[in-house]
Amino acid sequence: MLKVEAIHTYYGSIHALKGVSLTIDEGEIVTLIGANGAGKSTTLMSISGVTRPGQGRIEFLGQDITRMPSERIVALGLTQVPEGRMIFPGLTVRENLRMGGYLRRDKDGMRRDESMIFDLFPILRERHKQAGGTLSGGEQQMLAIGRALMARPRLLLLDEPSLGLAPIVVENIFRVIQKINDTGTTVLLVEQNAQMALTIAHRGYVLATGEVIMEGSSRALLRDPKVRKAYLGED
Amino acid sequence: MLEQLLPQLVNGLTLGVIYALIAVGYTMVYGVIELINFAHGEVYMFGAFLCVTFITAVGMPFYLAIVAAMGCCALIGMFLDLVAYKPLRKAPRLAALITAIGMSIFLQNLAMVIWGSRPLPFVQSAVPAYLNETALSFSGVYLTWLQLFIFAVTTAMMLGLMFIITRTRIGTAMRALAQNKTAAALMGINVNFVIAFTFALGSAMGAVAGILVSVYYNSLYPTMGYVAGVKAFAAAVLGGIGSVPGAMLGGIVLGVAEALGAGYVSSLYRDGVAYAVMIAVIIFRPSGLLGKAVIDKA
Repeated sequence: MLKVEAIHTYYGSIHALKGVSLTIDEGEIVTLIGANGAGKSTTLMSISGVTRPGQGRIEFLGQDITRMPSERIVALGLTQVPEGRMIFPGLTVRENLRMGGYLRRDKDGMRRDESMIFDLFPILRERHKQAGGTLSGGEQQMLAIGRALMARPRLLLLDEPSLGLAPIVVENIFRVIQKINDTGTTVLLVEQNAQMALTIAHRGYVLATGEVIMEGSSRALLRDPKVRKAYLGED
Repeated sequence: MLEQLLPQLVNGLTLGVIYALIAVGYTMVYGVIELINFAHGEVYMFGAFLCVTFITAVGMPFYLAIVAAMGCCALIGMFLDLVAYKPLRKAPRLAALITAIGMSIFLQNLAMVIWGSRPLPFVQSAVPAYLNETALSFSGVYLTWLQLFIFAVTTAMMLGLMFIITRTRIGTAMRALAQNKTAAALMGINVNFVIAFTFALGSAMGAVAGILVSVYYNSLYPTMGYVAGVKAFAAAVLGGIGSVPGAMLGGIVLGVAEALGAGYVSSLYRDGVAYAVMIAVIIFRPSGLLGKAVIDKA
């Protein structure tokens, strides 16, 4: 479904990605784990067309999206929930959701999806008239995920959905990610919380200083001594 | 003393709503790309000249000429963005500010080449005669139909603008873009299109302001955009740059302060009083009357 082939991305003189390659098949949950600054977010931003890779190729559903503008990538069915949630603080919850479905014209379908998202996160229904900026961190994360779902993505990229959230909220978010995947949406999950991510993912990639240093099934990665030591906090 | 108050208030309001009309153009563009579009005053000036040209050279009736000038200025605004600002989107902000000043000088000189540098009267023969008649008079205040027309037009445009910003898809996208550009792009919002739309909207409103002023004072000249632009920019800052209701309020406060300054202090000090009010507000409320204290980018 998604094929990233040896992309190199630069920020000025900083060589952030040094030939990252990964593939995702339809229906999977794939996770990308790694330390801070390993290039996880840059990989997602390169896929979404926000930062352009200098070399390499990205293919989604058989189409070359390497230099495609973001709005066309979204239209193809690839949506991202960015790191730090990036909800629109001055827009109401409902307006945030509408912006998620910006490219859609089917009002009835949008209304149905909105109520589907409210069923997934009942707290958002209660707060639908509130400004996004007044929500708690966990609620903002729910809103960010709901907003991305409004685009009806076939592939959902999630960047650190657990960041800064209480363990009980994280559990809820991960349960929802699982549920989203069960309904047929493919997921690429970036996480620092490797334990949590590998528990729900089918496969994983380990990124370090802009390179993929390891890949495999989640079970294999969870058992790997190097992964356990570096990313699962064991010594 | 007091009998002067009402007439001066009416004068101030007339001027104020026009400042407000220009100020929303500054504040909207600032909201989406954090740029002070210094060429906005020139778009206002072009509005006045194009309207006159459409009446004299094309033979359009007054009201149609206003609409045509609005359309042309919307295109000028989008053109400004395309040639002067869009190539510098990722450059340091100062670079775009310099090109903004450059475009301002260019447009001013272009107008001098086309229409000459001397002030022209507005084509009074094209202006419907009733506009210059007194519509209302009460306790020493004489309101002309033109003043009522100015209030009606600006009110309608402000309401229309608020409707677009708060109720439509593109308006919500403008607000989304102002709050987080990356997130907006990730939602599939065509960022450059929304920015161009913002320029078009602000420029069309600026054009109307230019026309109303040139009819009100029966005069138009290529440098008219400079002072009006500076005043409207001051109004936008006074109201809280980036805030559309702030720009409206700022324009009215500035216009009233100016008229009262002219009436009660000296007409020589009208600009001085206006700027003094602005400075006072900025000292005590640096974010402006309706501006947010902190830019909340969650």
